[in-house]
Amino acid sequence: MSQIDQSKIRNFCIVAHIDHGKSTLADRIIEQTGLLTSREMQAQVLDNMELERERGITIKAQAVRTVYKAKDGEEYIFNLIDTPGHVDFNYEVSRSLAACDGAILVVDAAQGIEAQTLANVYLALDHDLDVFPVINKIDLPSAEPQRVIEEIEDVIGIEAQDAPLISAKNGIGIEEVLEQIVHKIPAPKGSASAPLKALIFDCVYDSYKGVIVFCRIMEGTVKKGTEVLMMATGAKEEVVEVGYFGAGQFIPCEELSAGMVGYITASIKNVKDTAVGDTVTDAKNPCAEPLPGYKKVLSMVYCGIYPADGAKYPDLRDALEKLQLNDASLFYEPETSIALGFGFRCGFLGLLHLEIIQERLEREYNLDLVTTAPGVVYKVHKTNGECIELTNPSNLPDPSEIDYMEEPIVSAEIMVTSEFIGSIMTLCQERRGRYLGTEYIEGTRALLKYELPLNEIIYDFFDALKSRSRGYASFDYDIKGYEQSKLVKLDILINKEEVDALSFIVHADSAYERGRKMCEKLKDEIPRHLFEIPIQAAVGGKVIARETVRAMRKDVLAKCYGGDITRKKKLLEKQKEGKKRMRQIGNVEIPQKAFMSVLKLDDRD
Amino acid sequence: MLYLHVPFCVRKCNYCDFLSAVHPEERRERYVEALCAEIRARGKEYSGRTVTSIFFGGGTPSLLLPAQISGIMDVIRETFPVASDAEVTMECNPGTVKSTEKPEGESRQGNSDSEKKQESSKGEELRGNMAEEERLAGYLKAGINRLSIGLQSANDEELKLLGRIHDYEAFLRTYQAARAAGFSNVSVDLMNALPGQTLDSWKETLEKVLALKPVPEHLSVYSLILEEGTRFFTWDGEGKFTGKLQIPSEELDREMYAHTGKRLREAGFEQYEISNYAREGRECRHNYGYWIRKEYLGLGLGAASLLDEIRYSNETDLEKYLKDPLSGRTAQSLGRKEQMEEFLFLGLRTCRGVKRKEFLECFGEPLDQYWQAVIEKNVADGLLLDEGEGIRLTARGMDLSNYVSAQFLLEE
Repeated sequence: MSQIDQSKIRNFCIVAHIDHGKSTLADRIIEQTGLLTSREMQAQVLDNMELERERGITIKAQAVRTVYKAKDGEEYIFNLIDTPGHVDFNYEVSRSLAACDGAILVVDAAQGIEAQTLANVYLALDHDLDVFPVINKIDLPSAEPQRVIEEIEDVIGIEAQDAPLISAKNGIGIEEVLEQIVHKIPAPKGSASAPLKALIFDCVYDSYKGVIVFCRIMEGTVKKGTEVLMMATGAKEEVVEVGYFGAGQFIPCEELSAGMVGYITASIKNVKDTAVGDTVTDAKNPCAEPLPGYKKVLSMVYCGIYPADGAKYPDLRDALEKLQLNDASLFYEPETSIALGFGFRCGFLGLLHLEIIQERLEREYNLDLVTTAPGVVYKVHKTNGECIELTNPSNLPDPSEIDYMEEPIVSAEIMVTSEFIGSIMTLCQERRGRYLGTEYIEGTRALLKYELPLNEIIYDFFDALKSRSRGYASFDYDIKGYEQSKLVKLDILINKEEVDALSFIVHADSAYERGRKMCEKLKDEIPRHLFEIPIQAAVGGKVIARETVRAMRKDVLAKCYGGDITRKKKLLEKQKEGKKRMRQIGNVEIPQKAFMSVLKLDDRD
Repeated sequence: MLYLHVPFCVRKCNYCDFLSAVHPEERRERYVEALCAEIRARGKEYSGRTVTSIFFGGGTPSLLLPAQISGIMDVIRETFPVASDAEVTMECNPGTVKSTEKPEGESRQGNSDSEKKQESSKGEELRGNMAEEERLAGYLKAGINRLSIGLQSANDEELKLLGRIHDYEAFLRTYQAARAAGFSNVSVDLMNALPGQTLDSWKETLEKVLALKPVPEHLSVYSLILEEGTRFFTWDGEGKFTGKLQIPSEELDREMYAHTGKRLREAGFEQYEISNYAREGRECRHNYGYWIRKEYLGLGLGAASLLDEIRYSNETDLEKYLKDPLSGRTAQSLGRKEQMEEFLFLGLRTCRGVKRKEFLECFGEPLDQYWQAVIEKNVADGLLLDEGEGIRLTARGMDLSNYVSAQFLLEE
């Protein structure tokens, strides 16, 4: 295995708009290259997180190596690196692309190019990858492969006439895809005898092996015993094992040399020593310069994450540390809340990313969490000339000290069929969007261009977009920059006490509406107490909305005779347990989910 | 104490989640046989104890004929020592005791609808009354000395909604027949907080009951609970209880409850438990026993027992029970912690409350060692009264008894 001809290696990824069939195609490639028999195939081999399977999306980049015997009689090694499709995970896509030499672009034969198709293709082209298109789902009654081919050539400007017409789901045309991988994706370059230069594109933590570093060898060779240097962190370790990726397992091998994709372990226990994007080199014979790596993406959405049980704070810290290991886009720092105690302010790429992390913490680390309302990073310019970046609304300075505030704005592209243009434009207007223009792709489809405040799209914009276009609209955005805006902090007072964890920043014009909805929502979430509880929304000390949770009047079982006693006891136990899951704020007990309730404010619209 | 379960009904009421169902006469006869077999077999379990109260509950025990009740009582007396002054209660539903032969609502062979209508003509009714009195006298003779009649409401609309088989007139006939037959200790069951019920309609029910001559010795008043698996629960889920059939709010419910307490006190009743009111000395000794953790042996389908700090529960499948009345009984042994918790949450249901001395005698440790903080907090919240020798719920505490009781559960 050690003598691998570099010209027989193909390192590639698949890019696509969500649901265009990327993961299914990956499965077929793995299946048909014979690494796995059909029987061994679990649907969607690459999506190995439980969560990914449930949601049907790819969250983390995954890699697998297969062997393909091509029509020319030669055996080729395919390193397939799967990439996420959701707009939140562009950073992950970018990481995967850096390890590849080419990309397969999957386009749905019925839907054609979507917003994320464009975004991902441009990312691939930015990384100098050779891209070839594949038309998927040709067996759908609504498939129009010829139209889609023309669309690809017109809109993206890449050759598409000989694109394989396939159905990944039903295994049609896969052979042609495999052949094109051999012929259209370039073999890697780089000398196996040069000083080691490898790019870390992912890491996972394994409780036995320690940190497992996924890397693409650009130059040189690494094997067991090599003393490696992580160029950015400066950590030095001796390599314990090198290997490549089987389907869902790590297969050790002798060495990894230039052009190969694999993993190394070096009994790295401290997760901070490994940074995705860093360059690995030989400590005794280092390369002259590190690889450019890829630009660190800034967290766009922030929220507070607290353990429901305060004693679990160290567990939460450990869990976040481990998640961050292979998710460099996750940011966290300790913070304290009067209402919630010790926790972390966490930064995410978007709301989906936030939900994924929250669910992973709860499932994989068995933590019970309280999450506060997500918000974006605001720039607060103070009258003394100072500018602070605000990630936690509670830290907003006194209004008298604020000169003005800025909020992040995104450039958004929304692809939609013409019948829904009206309703999507209305939606964008409601979200304070600024219309830039429309480009018609063909007769029936248009690309709407808008500038939108980020805090208007982080909650439920995507859902609203889908529901107002019967699922047809697609959406992508880029951060454009910051703009001055009339923003206020909305405070929530429960029983006259301000609850810091419930404060959020909102545009002045929507403060009243949001405050009113928030109070209504909290009224439903907070159980009746012995006393009446006023719930108020206030801006700058002025109450703008109010609801009341009336005092508890009745909590009694009318009947309790011989046969009822066991059941009655269980009921009381349940009641007592329920109380434990509440947060005590002043003398009011608030259920944990109330802190997330701001998220769902728009649901009823 | 003995509890005997009779799991039969003419029809299932819309709010009822008790273990009861509609079964043919033949099945009832087999049930009585199985029940008697169980009584005989369980005699040993109760050895060393004297029976001070017997309670026939249901279902509808009055679906059993006097001869059947009498047969069961004979087996009880053969098996257990029964105190001469034992309280022997039977639950009885109006409309089920019309004749000594077959209860109303049961279709007789060859009976057409027109014949049924004739039955309720005046002459028939008179004969019916006579028959009802005769049947009730039969129960008295069998040894029943206390009747608990399920009226639920004096409003015919409400009775219909509840799915009762009787109207208020039918109740009156049964009540008068019971008195005429010689029952001197009669309780009436009522329900409030019914869908669509107003404070006025509840007051009217209460006044009608207080106008009975003679006035019942005892009243049980239950606030409606929507239990899973009942028609009411389904209807509520389907949104049927809106508008005119709105279920009373917590506030209205408690207004009804407060009115009940006040009005019954004026009428010479004393409240002795969350839902129970009695004239002096007429408290239900049997039910009171449950709240002071007296031992009891439950007999019949699904019946519960408390013996030697073990809670038992009988087989709940009728067919299995008929085959072998001793099989399928489950047992849950109560640890010291559970016994203490029960002592508190059951004791606090009574108006007498929990006495420190009695707790100490029972467990050898003072009450306050476990619950001093809980007691202080609830006294401060106005839910509990600490009278030195003991603690009891305030009126507000009664309204929120679950809230208070849950705090008396101990940590593991």
